[in-house]
Amino acid sequence: MTPVQILFILVAAVTLGAALMVVNARNLVHAALWLIVSFGGVAVFYAMLNAGFLAVAQVVIYIGAIAILMIFAIMMTRNVAGDSSPRFNSSQIIGLVLALALFAGLVWMTLSWSGATTTPMPLDSRADPISQLGSALVSPDGYVLAFELASILLLGALVGALMIAWDRK
Amino acid sequence: MQTEQWLYIGVFLVLAPLLPAAAILIPRLIAPRKPNKIKQDTYECGMETVGETWIQFRVQYYIFALVFLIFDVELVFLYPWAVAFDVLPMFAVLEGVLFVAILIAGLVYAWRKGALEWR
Repeated sequence: MTPVQILFILVAAVTLGAALMVVNARNLVHAALWLIVSFGGVAVFYAMLNAGFLAVAQVVIYIGAIAILMIFAIMMTRNVAGDSSPRFNSSQIIGLVLALALFAGLVWMTLSWSGATTTPMPLDSRADPISQLGSALVSPDGYVLAFELASILLLGALVGALMIAWDRK
Repeated sequence: MQTEQWLYIGVFLVLAPLLPAAAILIPRLIAPRKPNKIKQDTYECGMETVGETWIQFRVQYYIFALVFLIFDVELVFLYPWAVAFDVLPMFAVLEGVLFVAILIAGLVYAWRKGALEWR
């Protein structure tokens, strides 16, 4: 096995183990912390696929923002943090079957896709993909309109969130 | 070049947990252990804890988290822009500035609404 394969197996084991702990942890705060470990494993996968920007986005958005928001939401909710209600209910068999069916379907779809077996073109090692993305985002014949619209969308999200969450005089 | 840079981060990821682990483990090995009831007490910044530790937090924290979330997403857009900064023409740099300026309007709105003030 190559070092990359060994690293992949190690990271995959950590990611899957952490994901199992998310659904298995008795304490909701611990579940959220395990979720961060799982997100971190996915970030390592992106880095191993040479998708540096996605790895950074995964860390910044999922670990930096989503996980923090979840922990805050748990801390704000009365009595949920110390909750230890049963982790399994009557529909666990149906859930297991549905999850396996979904996984089998995804594997079948991926294997039947022609791109799964072709070797991808090697990236140009001299060019920096993040720099190219940055140039494309702000170039007038690139995505500049979408770039500025994203800013307006974020502005709308901020104002809307404040309207809902901070609605008191 | 790319792989080496990722390896560099990987080395940090492995080494970083070792430092706090060493800071915890070394005193455990060399420090004398004479526990008594007062030493074993739970305390919080030198004070004894009062009531439950799993308490409900103030809504105010959530507002900060929401505002942080927006600017965190903004960071993802600005990151490639900043990497490409030295090859961009002036016009493209100003577009990034406009992107920030639009979001500063949101920050001003939050500020004027009093959402950033602790009460």
